[in-house]
Amino acid sequence: MEAIYERLNAVFRDVFDDEDIVVNAATTSDDIEDWDSIEHINLIGAVEDEFGVRFKMGEVSGMKNVGEMAEIISKRAKKL
Amino acid sequence: MKELDFPFDSRLILKKRRSLKKQLLADEMARTKIKIAVLGGSTTDDIVSMAELFLLNLGIEPLFYQSEYAQFWEDGVFGNDELEAFSPDIVYICTSFVNLQFRSDPSLTQEQSDEIYKHQCERFKTLWSSLERFGCPIIQNNFEPPFYALLGSMDSWDYRGAGYLVNRMNLFFAEYAIEHDTFYLLDLNRTAAELGLARWHDRSYWYMYKVMCAREAVPTLSYKLSLIIKSIYGKNRKLLALDLDNTLWGGVVGDDGVDGLSIGQETAEAQAFYEFQMYVKDLKKLGVALSVCSKNEEENALAGLNHPEGVLCPDDFAVIKSNWEPKDVNLIQTVSALDLTTEALVFVDDNPAERERVTQSVPQAAVVKLTLPEFYVNEVSDAGYFEPVAISDDDLKRSEMYRKNAKRAELAAVAADYGEYLDSLEMIAKIEPFVPIYYQRITQLTNKSNQFNLTTRRYTQTQIEQFAKSSEYITLYGKLEDKFGDNGVVSVVIGQIVGGRLKIALWLMSCRVLKRDMELAMLDELVKAARAREIEILEGEYIPSAKNGMVCRFYPDTLGFSPTDKENVWTLDISEYTNKNTHIKINEG
Repeated sequence: MEAIYERLNAVFRDVFDDEDIVVNAATTSDDIEDWDSIEHINLIGAVEDEFGVRFKMGEVSGMKNVGEMAEIISKRAKKL
Repeated sequence: MKELDFPFDSRLILKKRRSLKKQLLADEMARTKIKIAVLGGSTTDDIVSMAELFLLNLGIEPLFYQSEYAQFWEDGVFGNDELEAFSPDIVYICTSFVNLQFRSDPSLTQEQSDEIYKHQCERFKTLWSSLERFGCPIIQNNFEPPFYALLGSMDSWDYRGAGYLVNRMNLFFAEYAIEHDTFYLLDLNRTAAELGLARWHDRSYWYMYKVMCAREAVPTLSYKLSLIIKSIYGKNRKLLALDLDNTLWGGVVGDDGVDGLSIGQETAEAQAFYEFQMYVKDLKKLGVALSVCSKNEEENALAGLNHPEGVLCPDDFAVIKSNWEPKDVNLIQTVSALDLTTEALVFVDDNPAERERVTQSVPQAAVVKLTLPEFYVNEVSDAGYFEPVAISDDDLKRSEMYRKNAKRAELAAVAADYGEYLDSLEMIAKIEPFVPIYYQRITQLTNKSNQFNLTTRRYTQTQIEQFAKSSEYITLYGKLEDKFGDNGVVSVVIGQIVGGRLKIALWLMSCRVLKRDMELAMLDELVKAARAREIEILEGEYIPSAKNGMVCRFYPDTLGFSPTDKENVWTLDISEYTNKNTHIKINEG
């Protein structure tokens, strides 16, 4: 799980171009200034690319925080 | 920037777009600023942000207006304050199949199908004619194939099929584009096909975000858009420099001999090289200058190019550099012999070490990474370096002109003095007010010329027509012929009459006729036209840009204008003017 967070962190830093970002299970879009609905599309896509996972449409809209995202990745990702 | 050069990694640039944009803007390159109104039929944010990266990489700094979600038609037809105030330089209508709101329907009658088609045609025609109010180029997507075909193959040819409607609409769009000079189509249909429909369509992006295609398809679409825009703004590449051994033919001519080369119809590999030579020859027809850049004895290079089974021959090339000098040195000499810049250059070589050297030392050049001969054509073609938006008669003759320029340069080197050389060229010019057959070429020149361009003002074809018809303006184009051939329209001057003075708003000349005294002939004719309108003073202005340093002293030093109170503004009293041109015959025959 730690490795997943490390890689998630790298993706977030790339997408938001901010080296200071540190994500944890509780991180939500409220915690990152540029995380709006447009950037959300790009973020989800970049996470899918990184882990070789495809989120279901219901998951994309239902994810409450990064913890839930990491949970799905740990269960279904092809690139772990 | 290598991340954004073709072929690019779509997923990488989507992920890193923020830092890529930052890096691009940090280079402080002088870029052409243009305003692009994107009228979308679906969510266009990512399409816009990707297009921004590609355009910045091509030397264009875009400012965007985006319509509210799917408001392309309402914005275009009814307008709104923001859009009108934005006053775009380009309108891009980003629509797709979803905007046809049509499903294949087995119960449809032929009449109903025709009605739907006609209604859609009218809807788009209304939009396009409304947009003429901006007097700027319009780029319009055609339609991609729908994501499934209810009727299978029949879907594309039966009046009940959605594929059929797409095909009909695309033909209608093409016909409209043929009839309208500054209306261009982005071929969404081919773009989707190139990527593959299964990858192009990802309906989850439509259901979740109302984006018309998959995420990975967005950069591909944006890249195509950037190719059209760079072409409209005259930023196409112009010169294709080619290696020979294992690039234009299989084998090494110095080792294998001409008979040992692989080119022609005999083997599979020979056919691949033959096809590539055919493609290069077609580029020449399009007006691209060709040159050879090869490490070979010249004699061997020529023997290879004279191979009886080959397509290209030595005369197809404007310059042949076949020697043992470093390739970057040869390329720079080639570029300057043709009066081009390294930004015009595409270099093609199968050898990675040569490519690396050129990439390092000629950073503005595009360097094509060749893989296997059967892929060569696409590796050059799909990058869109030379993609035209219009093909003028001049384009068709251009590559020949490059070759003749190189010959003129040879002649100049042997003439006793320069005046004698100019006389030996037997030049004849036609200089007169703008006429409709040249509107397109004149517009092209105003948007392409950077170096010999006093003010770098860009005009649309609509504006050019207005100047031509207005009594407030004096317009002149100049066309120059010599014993080697017709150079076509090479100079454009536009002056505005303001209170008895002629203010010269634009003075430009193609660099291919530098040092031919054409500028003096233009001044003679301008003075004549001004006198006919009882004007006594010409006023010339120089607006510095990153590229027009060569004409900073044009008015005072070349044309003899006098300084004024204002910096970079000069005037000429024409009451005592006598003609300056002695080497060019004007308006004969």
